[in-house]
Amino acid sequence: MKKYIDTGKKDTRSGFGAGLLIAGKADPNVVALTADLKGSLKMDAFAAEFPERFFQCGIAEANMVGAAAGLAITGKVPFIGSFAEFVTGRVYDQVRQEVAYGSTNVKIASSHAGITLGEDGATHQTMEDIALMRALPGMVVLNPCDYNQTLQATVAAAKYDGPVYLRFGRPSVPNFTDPDEPFVIGKAVMMNEGKDVTLIATGHTVWEALQAAEALEAEGISAEVIDIASIKPLDEEAIIASAKKTGAIVVAEEHNMAGGLGEAVASCLAKSCPTPVEFVNGEDKFGQSGTPSALMAAYGLDAPHIAEAAKKAIARK
Amino acid sequence: MVCMAKSGHPGGSMSSTDLLTALYFNEMQHDPATWTRDGKGQDMFILSAGHMTPVYYSLLARTGYFPVSELASFRQMGTRLQGHPSVRKGLPGVYQASGSLGQGLSAACGLALGKKLDKDDHFVFCLCGDGESEEGQIWEAGMFAVYQKLDNLIAMTDWNGKQIDGPVEEVAGEGDLAAKWEAWGWRVIVADAHDFDAIGKAYELAKAGKGSGVPTMILFKSEMGHGVDFMAGTHKWHGSVPKPEQLEDALKQLGETPLGDF
Repeated sequence: MKKYIDTGKKDTRSGFGAGLLIAGKADPNVVALTADLKGSLKMDAFAAEFPERFFQCGIAEANMVGAAAGLAITGKVPFIGSFAEFVTGRVYDQVRQEVAYGSTNVKIASSHAGITLGEDGATHQTMEDIALMRALPGMVVLNPCDYNQTLQATVAAAKYDGPVYLRFGRPSVPNFTDPDEPFVIGKAVMMNEGKDVTLIATGHTVWEALQAAEALEAEGISAEVIDIASIKPLDEEAIIASAKKTGAIVVAEEHNMAGGLGEAVASCLAKSCPTPVEFVNGEDKFGQSGTPSALMAAYGLDAPHIAEAAKKAIARK
Repeated sequence: MVCMAKSGHPGGSMSSTDLLTALYFNEMQHDPATWTRDGKGQDMFILSAGHMTPVYYSLLARTGYFPVSELASFRQMGTRLQGHPSVRKGLPGVYQASGSLGQGLSAACGLALGKKLDKDDHFVFCLCGDGESEEGQIWEAGMFAVYQKLDNLIAMTDWNGKQIDGPVEEVAGEGDLAAKWEAWGWRVIVADAHDFDAIGKAYELAKAGKGSGVPTMILFKSEMGHGVDFMAGTHKWHGSVPKPEQLEDALKQLGETPLGDF
């Protein structure tokens, strides 16, 4: 299999910060807002370069969503940044009315998503945000896997005309994708071709799936790995093609079962290509304090759990 | 409209009819013929209290955004005149969806910021309800507008003292809105919502705030169901539909031809 090299650990949120600066330089209409989390969202560079296009909203997320919608109506391309829980669950009705139903060109930059937020614990670790955003008509849902891909996804979100939910994380994780690969909304990324089982992953679990594939290869199992950075729209064609090839699927995500990528893939396969599917996710639980890696292991989201799920899926063929 | 649709919100529409009529006919610089959703080169209006669509749509139609005859489609399947304002069917004059309360003032702040970035020297107006002002987001927007020095933002409150479940003071104990907005750092004007001279002066004073670096709130003291004796001053007409004989009586009191001209 193709080996992916960790070119050095970086946080995906820094990929967002770098992408935002590039997008801001490319388009004078790009503006950014935050609710007292400029540093956490790595928006400092944009704010320093374009102070007149950066708006500090204070700890008032609901107003931030509405103000961004107003800016979008006048032709701006606003990125709003906060922690995942606070730009989804806390302001769901605002995102629904002002952004999704209101058809405004707002980009929701959602950092510290999932359990790898770590030590702050369950109040800040949303494992439900993908479900909330997927449920909104017309909302694009992106969950890139590393620094390079998050940078490219940010640039792509700025160019796309319509509401986008862009999810990324806090911890430093391997940076392994091609830095020059443009991000295409609605397209899956083939990370590794295989024939026995398909590992479908998103966000931080993509690296875990690649590690699982290497471990499986050592045991003589050929695993295909597909990176679903674009959860909605979903590349159903790529998923069905791989399911037809391998006949066994694992879906891994740093999110709970309800409404996540696992259900999206299962729904696609149930319609078009019924295939055994195993799920690696947070099930129906809240998180807790801990280091990101300890939590990924404790909640069953790391490479060994993905490899185990792959064997179960193969056994069900 | 409400009677034809057999649903809708007449009470707040009637308390804000005078202040919105003055706004659309006398105060706003707007051109329905060249209207686009980005509002460039025009004054813009956001109806934060989205349930007041009967008066809102009436004014949009009567100032030329769409045919008056279309008012008959209010709340019917397929209509552009949704129960609460929608931008999804392309109704000219509507800048943003509203209905879930407390959100429009934030959107108006964004419009005002956008105009400042574009160096577009026009105003953004926004109408809130007093019941709506129980929403915390209204006060988030209040803080933000002052911090961002949005002196091109003129907000109005239809201060009729009523909400669905009863008088505002009995439902929520909202207190003195004038003192609250002043404490928030806004220029505050209190005016009679049913006296056109007072309304005009209030808007004039509000517009004079441009250059001050401070947003303006006009608190319009109004009466729910104003103009019809059996509807006036009670919360019971917030979202109730008059019976046919009540409609006839109401239109007679308002000096209107039955069912108007649509």
